[in-house]
Amino acid sequence: MAHEEDPLEHERASWKPSPGLAVAVPDPVQNAALPPHRERETDTDPAAMTRAVRTVYTLFYLSVAASIWAVAAYMIFPIENGEITSIRHNNLFIGLGIALALLAIGIGAIHWSKAIMSDKEFIEPRHATRGRDSTREASYKAFAEANEESGFGRRVMIRNSLFAALVASIIPGITLFRGLAPHDSAADPHAGDPVYLLNHTMWKKGSRLAHDPSGVPIKASDVTLGSAFHVIPEDLAKLDHGQGYLEEKAKAIVLLMRLPVDELHPAPGREDWGFDGIVAYSKVCTHVGCPVALYEQQTHHLLCPCHQSQFDVSHNARVIFGPAARPLPQLPIEVDSEGYIVAKSDFHEPVGPSFWERH
Amino acid sequence: MSTATTTSRFQEESKEKPLGGRFVGWASNYIDERTSLSGFVKELGRKIFPDHWSFMLGEIALWSFVVVLLSGTFLTFFFQASMTPTHYAGAFLPMRGVEMSAALDSTLRLSFDIRGGLLVRQIHHWAALVFVAGIGVHMLRIFFTGAFRKPRELNWVIGFILFILAMAEGFTGYSLPDDLLSGNGLRIIDGMIKGLPLIGTWTSFLMFGGEFPGDQIVGRLYTLHILLLPAILVGLLVLHLMLMVINKHTQFAGPARTNSNVVGYPMMPVYMSKMGGFFFIVFGIIVLIASLFTINPIWNYGPYDPSPVSAGTQPDWYIGFADGALRLVPPHLEFVLLDRTWSFNIILPVVVLGLFIVLVMIYPFIEAWITGDKREHHIAQRPRHAATRTAIGVAGVVFYAVLWAAASSDLIATHFQLTMEGVIHTLQAMLILGPIIGYFVAKRIAIALQKKDREIVLHGYESGRIVRLPGGEFMEVHRPVDHFDRFKLVDYETYEPLVVRPNTRGRIGFWQNVRAGMSRWFFEDRLTPVTQAELDAAVAHQHHALEEMRTVEDAEIQGAHTRAGHPEAPLRPEGEDTRTGEIPVRPTSVLAEEDHEKGKRD
Repeated sequence: MAHEEDPLEHERASWKPSPGLAVAVPDPVQNAALPPHRERETDTDPAAMTRAVRTVYTLFYLSVAASIWAVAAYMIFPIENGEITSIRHNNLFIGLGIALALLAIGIGAIHWSKAIMSDKEFIEPRHATRGRDSTREASYKAFAEANEESGFGRRVMIRNSLFAALVASIIPGITLFRGLAPHDSAADPHAGDPVYLLNHTMWKKGSRLAHDPSGVPIKASDVTLGSAFHVIPEDLAKLDHGQGYLEEKAKAIVLLMRLPVDELHPAPGREDWGFDGIVAYSKVCTHVGCPVALYEQQTHHLLCPCHQSQFDVSHNARVIFGPAARPLPQLPIEVDSEGYIVAKSDFHEPVGPSFWERH
Repeated sequence: MSTATTTSRFQEESKEKPLGGRFVGWASNYIDERTSLSGFVKELGRKIFPDHWSFMLGEIALWSFVVVLLSGTFLTFFFQASMTPTHYAGAFLPMRGVEMSAALDSTLRLSFDIRGGLLVRQIHHWAALVFVAGIGVHMLRIFFTGAFRKPRELNWVIGFILFILAMAEGFTGYSLPDDLLSGNGLRIIDGMIKGLPLIGTWTSFLMFGGEFPGDQIVGRLYTLHILLLPAILVGLLVLHLMLMVINKHTQFAGPARTNSNVVGYPMMPVYMSKMGGFFFIVFGIIVLIASLFTINPIWNYGPYDPSPVSAGTQPDWYIGFADGALRLVPPHLEFVLLDRTWSFNIILPVVVLGLFIVLVMIYPFIEAWITGDKREHHIAQRPRHAATRTAIGVAGVVFYAVLWAAASSDLIATHFQLTMEGVIHTLQAMLILGPIIGYFVAKRIAIALQKKDREIVLHGYESGRIVRLPGGEFMEVHRPVDHFDRFKLVDYETYEPLVVRPNTRGRIGFWQNVRAGMSRWFFEDRLTPVTQAELDAAVAHQHHALEEMRTVEDAEIQGAHTRAGHPEAPLRPEGEDTRTGEIPVRPTSVLAEEDHEKGKRD
């Protein structure tokens, strides 16, 4: 290394008195020299050395055997169609072979280095991380000359216009990323309007409430006191996965419950949103959107399993615990002429997590 | 020039028998003449690295990352990053006929139809968990030993970015199979992003390519997971290791170890064998875990559907702290202002976690500003020698641990039969109080340990041997600390709080006051390092006490002999020999003299 010419450079660069709060200990404890080398068993006893050598090559040959075993296991334990036991055996026996092959190499190599290789400690000097003064001057000179020859610092108009051009050249690339989400189109006039989409679900006047996921519509007479149903709009079950099934479902899922009428305390204006104690609430948590799937029948509380927000169904699904801030939106329902439960309209507010333009 | 010398040397040697035989000699020459690789080998081949078990923690991270790369490459040959709906028809009977995305279908197929496929998938997942854990403990080691100080501040920042990238890799990775659990994870991310002011709605909309969940996200995460993030990660990892070589590794204090040297073993052959061997051990243990323990059984969860969710859902461990933060946020933190929705139940945890993360990243610069120390530091400190830093670190660890525990609040409640509300409220209180208590307890323990070290250096170990002096007094014999071990106990660094002084305009600046306050906070409680004079005095005192005891003892024994009528009897037993370990229990014999010359270690 070039540093060798100036062995004290490190001292000068890194041990100069600090301008900070460090206090130089005037009389530090004097350091010792390296302790004398301790002989290992393999250094003093030739038999121990022979043993160590034998251990290492035995491990390496064991590794070869284990590798061969892993390949054999690949053939001996095929995955029989659908058999979970065969999958388990395949996983286990190939895995154990590979694990043993690798561990034997690792343990052998480390035993080699610890018991057989010389364990003499060496001392190597450190050097200051900064370049030597002459190197730094030379690099400064390189910049200075380049600057002089190019006029980079002098010809301000060239330099600044270059900066402007470079910055501007990035913008088209960023613009292209608008394409990550769709634009409005004739076929789908709201595809590029997230606020519109978040404000509307599949529910509309007359949509039947149906079982999730079968799509079988629910009659009011099926909803006994204390029961709870996972509900989707009847039309949803007819959608295919390629036609926005999951996107619609993510907004439209509803929980339908029947409570004793005297335990319901509907908010003003919502007295006729239920039917004989049957009420329907959005199943999407108003916190970050997990399905609020756990219904406690006795207390009429709904619990979100993700972050433990709790909602009280008997009081318009108001928040009684947890990080959620808003009650679950209620779906107004009525019963049609055939006795099926249908929606009176879409939700009156966006379902799911809050968003900036929500209000 | 150097090439020419090497060539001639090789040519000379080739007449005899070159190292490794004629072919290796020829190949080395061939490569060197085209790459001048010999200079590289000369620089690094016998480079000295210090040895300590804690230096292995970073290696765990490095090698598990290699395992992640190897296993992940295998998986890419089978995985289809597509959300196209399909009906599963693979080997796993319970899922047959279920409609799912191609991503989950191909994940199930590579698990159940490809021999060893499940094994590689589990290796990949376990290795990823070990990778993030390895980075975490490695960072803790760096933090608590002050190994982030100049000249390594930048490498701390690089390492920190690697940690964030590793978590991002983990999150993008476990979202790929498009199963129920990962879909719920994405739903939470979507809800969090939507809650961010101004940019939230559109960020989510662009990310998912329309409404959640859309049919784009798996493909996009896949590009991030196997291309963009790994490229950055590998680049920064190389930089991280290069800087480690340039700065040379830190070492702990000890005999012959100073700030201007490295004491240890050479790269070739010792570390080549040890590190290479350790790669195989890390790999082997991960494979062993993967063959014995199931991870992420997506076949039990089924495809993503926005409606069902299982109780006790949890992310992979390293995302837990973020999920916990969402749970611990106080209620009713959302309001409407200026016709816009401000979801502070989202913003607050995001800001708090962001602050926490940024504080961790810039901590080296904060400490450097407080100490004003511009020197290079190559001796890794023991945590006790930097009591305030250690206490800050413990406070941070407690803060993280409480958030992490909160991600399991529901499981804690069910397993210990507590109320959900009680667990949350307790954790909320602990999030504030825990770090404060942890800070003070750690600081006191660190200072107490410093005092203990000082006591040991000056007065030796408590040997546990109680001796009755001739006068009837009992004393415990202290054995001096080994000459070579002493240097592990003394600290050479000390700082004093900043004293504020008015500047030339007679003013005390605001920032100077802040800095003075911070430095008082850091260095008010401190022990001054042991000096050589103190040490010499302590040793002299021990010798003096020994001499005095010997005189008293001899006089007593002489008196006893005289009274017994045998004044000529010897004062000491015959054949007393400390080397046999047979030491009669007498103060002068158990108070072993310190032996600088012998340098015997026990």
